[in-house]
Amino acid sequence: MEKTTRTLGLFLMILSIASETSDSLVEALESTQSYDYTKYHPMDEIYGWMEDVERGNPELVSSAVYGHTYERRNITLLKFGLENPEGREKKVIWVDCGIHAREWIAPAFCQWFVKEIVHSYKTNKKLEQMLQNLDVYVTPVINVDGYVFTWANDSTRLWRKSRSTPPAGSSCHGVDLNRNFNANWGTVGVSFDSCANNYCGKSAGSEPEAQAVMDVVGGMINRTLCFLTIHSAGQLVLLPYGHPEISAPNYDELVSVGEAAAAEMKKLHGMGYTVGTSPQILYPNSGSSRDWARLVGIPFSYTFELRDKGEFSHLLPEEQIQPACEEAYAGALSIISHVHDKAFNSGTLPNAAVSGVALMIFSTIISVFVTTGVFV
Amino acid sequence: MATGELNPNHYPARRAAKVVQHYLNTHYGSPFRLFGLHNVQSGNAEDVADSGRKYQLEISVQEIISNTTENCSAEVLFLRGDQQHSPQVQVSCAELLKSNTAAQEEALFQKYKMNQSLLSAQNLPDSYGHIEPDNKPLWHLGIVASSSVMLKESTENTLFNMAQVAHITQLATENEQLKFDCHILLHEMVSQEIIHWKLLFTWSPPEGVKVLQMEQLPHCHHCEKPPNTN
Repeated sequence: MEKTTRTLGLFLMILSIASETSDSLVEALESTQSYDYTKYHPMDEIYGWMEDVERGNPELVSSAVYGHTYERRNITLLKFGLENPEGREKKVIWVDCGIHAREWIAPAFCQWFVKEIVHSYKTNKKLEQMLQNLDVYVTPVINVDGYVFTWANDSTRLWRKSRSTPPAGSSCHGVDLNRNFNANWGTVGVSFDSCANNYCGKSAGSEPEAQAVMDVVGGMINRTLCFLTIHSAGQLVLLPYGHPEISAPNYDELVSVGEAAAAEMKKLHGMGYTVGTSPQILYPNSGSSRDWARLVGIPFSYTFELRDKGEFSHLLPEEQIQPACEEAYAGALSIISHVHDKAFNSGTLPNAAVSGVALMIFSTIISVFVTTGVFV
Repeated sequence: MATGELNPNHYPARRAAKVVQHYLNTHYGSPFRLFGLHNVQSGNAEDVADSGRKYQLEISVQEIISNTTENCSAEVLFLRGDQQHSPQVQVSCAELLKSNTAAQEEALFQKYKMNQSLLSAQNLPDSYGHIEPDNKPLWHLGIVASSSVMLKESTENTLFNMAQVAHITQLATENEQLKFDCHILLHEMVSQEIIHWKLLFTWSPPEGVKVLQMEQLPHCHHCEKPPNTN
């Protein structure tokens, strides 16, 4: 009798945990489904949304805080991946947004990118296969302090840099984080005046936000296939390097993959994106995250400069969030698919299909269990 | 600096082409007619004796409000020397500059003239890129007026766009013109700086936009609000 009671108690406890977990999961899923991806969101909403995405998709998503901003805020990424059926080592794709505070369409794109993955990975066989081979790391906002500052009032909206305190003798805050990375730091396209908008900081990697990226990516360089950093504006796909006299060894391939991405982007809404190095199509610069990534050996590294070409510049209307993100997603996916297929010699689809069936049976069993739990 | 035939995707041709946009808006812009650089098809640059550098460009220009695009030929001369000179621009487009907005401009002009109170607006666009429909003509006027500043300030090392009309106020006038005072923010792409200007300008359909006074405002680094211009 006692043993039966204990077993029953244990059974009921397991069912109630499952019920609570499923309630929390359902709640998180509903929350991410009602989240408006066609509006700009303040940072506290983005933090909350990241939690919901993780909680609502535990089989796909995990999060990590990998550093802190100058003002001690969390720098958080979401990691997307599925188990590899053969237990092979996963390769890495890195996507970051919001290095420059005023470029609001960039964090909006990272959120859109996440939504697309979450909503389509179960029905898109190619995406599912890629997620079995790749871990995709997405940081919606790198320069959290700067982004928060742009939301403070009307006069702060066009802030670009971080919010580090002025160096001695200056009254100007902030460092241009995309000039602070350890890649030909301080050589071209920078200012050493702390009041300038392209101030590169006091030394390479002096800023916690830049150092955080270098630390976390630095720990997985050998596995990283692709580094995408998202900015606005200008409608450009920039390849390394920012220095006019240094060429990446795989320049030709970077150009052709970039051109293929731009072609995909143009198909959607007719918007042209120009492909080239920064010194060719924009201006020389040094210390960018894109350059750092290529320099440490990540073969594919691009800066995306999203819409528009000057009519609204950084103040891109919310009505354009959807088309801008759709085309950027097409471009990003084009590059990610190329690097994936190059690394994995696509053709493993039959295996994925078999394990896909097994996964489906397994998840059906789980959902029956969970449903039963809810009823109790 | 690049000389001879230019790659149309590279920045020297694109910066020169942007100057053509500012020229077109300065001379032909109105609340119902605004030009945007669409694309650069080809370009050529040559040094001109001791005076500067001349760009010849084949570009496509878009009239933004009617959404029509047309090819144009242009020449931009950047002058060198001790004094700061505006670039000199010549441009020809077959149909694009022929005005058919006279009726709309007259209607807007009369509507503003007959207003009981003086117009005023700020943050065009706002932080979300939004502009109230009633304020769009004021935003367009701000773009046209700021185009004269951007034209005057342009060099081979700059790329200007107007980021925002921070504030625009209608002033009372005795004559047939409408008069406005505005504070605009320009975005200079190469330095990535936001530059503040105060402008005084008039507008009427026959005369177009005429800038009477322009003044660059100092960048106040340690303050959060732009200098009070009222």
